[in-house]
Parts: sequence; C-alpha cells; structure tokens
Amino acid sequence: MAEAANELRDAEARFDQRIKRDERVEPKDWMPDGYRRTLIRQISQHAHSEVIGMQPEGSWITRAPSLKRKLILLAKVQDEGGHGLYLYSAAETLGASRDEMIDALQEGRAKYSSIFNYPALTWADIGAIGWLVDSAAIVNQIPLQRCSYGPYARAMVRICKEESFHQRQGYDIMLTLARGTAAQKAMAQDALDRWWWPTLMMFGPPDAESVHTSQSFAWKIKRHSNDELRQKFIDQAVPQAEVLGLAIPDPDLAWDEASGHYRIGPIDWDEFQRVVAGDGPCNRQRLAHHRRVREDGAWVREAVEAHAAKARARGARVGVEGAPDAAV
Amino acid sequence: MPLFEVFVRPRRGLQHQHAGSLRAEDAELALQYAREIYTRRREGVSLWVVRSSDITASQEDDAPAFFDPADDKPYRDATYYALPKEVKGL
Repeated sequence: MAEAANELRDAEARFDQRIKRDERVEPKDWMPDGYRRTLIRQISQHAHSEVIGMQPEGSWITRAPSLKRKLILLAKVQDEGGHGLYLYSAAETLGASRDEMIDALQEGRAKYSSIFNYPALTWADIGAIGWLVDSAAIVNQIPLQRCSYGPYARAMVRICKEESFHQRQGYDIMLTLARGTAAQKAMAQDALDRWWWPTLMMFGPPDAESVHTSQSFAWKIKRHSNDELRQKFIDQAVPQAEVLGLAIPDPDLAWDEASGHYRIGPIDWDEFQRVVAGDGPCNRQRLAHHRRVREDGAWVREAVEAHAAKARARGARVGVEGAPDAAV
Repeated sequence: MPLFEVFVRPRRGLQHQHAGSLRAEDAELALQYAREIYTRRREGVSLWVVRSSDITASQEDDAPAFFDPADDKPYRDATYYALPKEVKGL
C-alpha cells in the first residue's frame, strides 16, 4: 500500500514538473483524472462544434451564387468535417470512445459552440460566418497550439493552418457584396448585424463568471482568459469592418486611446444563457439533423464492416499490401 | 527475421517521425536495436517500432492519380484570396 502511494506521489510530481517546465503531456504519461476528464470534455465539445458547424454552411452549398463559390464552400465544409475527425481522434488518445462522445452530444450531455444554433439566412451569412466566426475560432485556437496536451496541440496546428483559408474566403464574400449593388451591401450589413454579438459570445462568459477557467490555467490547457481573447478579436475585426465600409452594430463602440483597445457596449448574456440551455433559434433542428444523418448512414457503416469481415474470412487483407520502404 | 519500421519522437510535443527500418527477432528486440541504431546521439525521447508488414501503404506508381483530386483546388489555400492592402490580421 505504502509503495503504491509513493508511486502515485512520484507520478504526480513528474506531471506537475512537466507542466511547470512547459513540456507537453503525451497519451501514455500518467495524468490526474481531472486533467483527463477536462480534456475529454473540451476536445470532444470542440469536435462536436466542428461537425455541427457544417450544418449552417452546408445548407448553402446547393444555393451558392456561382460554381466557384460552390466549390469553395464544399471544400470549407469538408474541412470542418476533417477538423472534427482530428479532434475526435485526439480525444480517443485519452481513452474516450467515439460512440460515447456522439451519444453525449445527441443526448444533450455534451455541448457544442452556441454560435451554430443561429441560422444562415442569406448568402451574406456565409461571408459573415467565414469572416467573423472563423476569425474568432482562430483567436481561440492559436493559444491552444501550445496547450499542454500534445495530441490536442498538434491537431490545433493543423486546424489553424486550414482555418486561415476559411477566414479569407468569408472576408472575400463580404468584400464582394460590400462593393456590389446597394442591395448586396445591405445584405452584407444585415449579416454583420446578426452575427456580431453571437460571435462575441463565442469566447464564453466574462472572466468573473467563468466556471472552468482557473484549473485549466494551472494545467496550461488554457492560456488566455475569455475576455482577453474577446478583446483581441474585437481589435482585429473593427478595422476590418471599416475596410468593408460596414458598421459594427454597437452604438457604444469606441476607440480607447489610453488602453489602445476598442471598447464595446454590454453583451446580452441572458441571450447567451438561453441559447446554451437549448433555446436558441436552431438547437433542436441541429441535433435532430445530426441524429437523422447518423441513422441514415448506419447502413454504410454496416456494409463496410460486413465487407471487412468477409475479406477477413477469406484470409485477405483489406487495402493494399506492401510496407512503405521495404520494397525499395 | 521480420522487418520493423522505426519512428522517433525528437522531443516532447512533436510527433513521432519515420527514421528508418531494421530487422529484429521480435518487437521487444526491435526496440532495443532501434535505440542503438537510431538514437545514439540523443535524437529522441520516444521510439515506436511497427512491423513493416503491418503497414498498408499507397503505391508509388499510383501516386499521381491517387493524389490528383487536390491538384485543381487552389482555393483551399488562404493565398488564393486577394485582400486590400489596408486589411490587417487575416
């Protein structure tokens, strides 16, 4: 007993040292249960956000205004699915099971970013989502590239690189509309009006009310507070809106010379709480769609499994034989 | 004697990278040999060995056809989109 307790104490000390020295924790390292649980929750919810995030944009693939825009949007939505897969895989390195994570999403035990509970009503929303929502995601994700858990940090490096295309194509749509006819410009302004505040809410509650923050800081899962990241986004986005010639929908927005930051008016946190609690414009629709697609796709998964089982029975290997360098 | 592929993690936080291959009686010995062959100069902090026959690889000859779906999609890169000079932070 004493020996086991000593071993545990040594393992904890090694973990603490590792975090203190800013080293990455890898899947086979000992880690506290709370660290593992926190990461599984955060990474799986991040994965769910990517996958649910395919819906508002996916709804415009068949209605894109040109073949070029359609190809771009297809590529973007495909990326979001890919990001979900990187993240589910990272969570699986912690011992989480894919089915359990998906069940938690569908049963409402796991959340996803509340931004995806808003509808994409016009083509300009596709521009606003890429520009604002993906910019906010990048601001959130850049520090996660240095998160203490290795597989999550490495997934973030890949994702951030790909997100920069998402952000650019969104801004490109906004720019095209803003330089177009009066009706097109009005459509761009309307999209900005509807997406601005929900985007600011993406960074989570104000620091004073944030529940999970302090332990995540100690574990170096989180490195900047919600308010710091929100401010960073605002300082970037306001001048970008000026280049578009569009107005940020906030009468209190002002440049604060002393601090070198833009100051904004109050955020409607009641709205945020309502949407997180399940009462946003599209919460039910998003989950219903996810359930339907999972059910509709079940036969494909079964068919692939049946094919693999048949091949195994024949003694053949599924896929291509041959070691990478052995034949050379 | 089976062939093993050797993967080295150069330091914590980086992913394992393929370093080369070696022959060994079994996986345990492959790990010992890999340490002597591939990490004599502190090249890594972790080693993986995988039986070469367990790796399914794409075929070199098919590479053009296998990867060409990505060839005509330059719009997947951020640099495809021209931005006005005054835009910062995108």
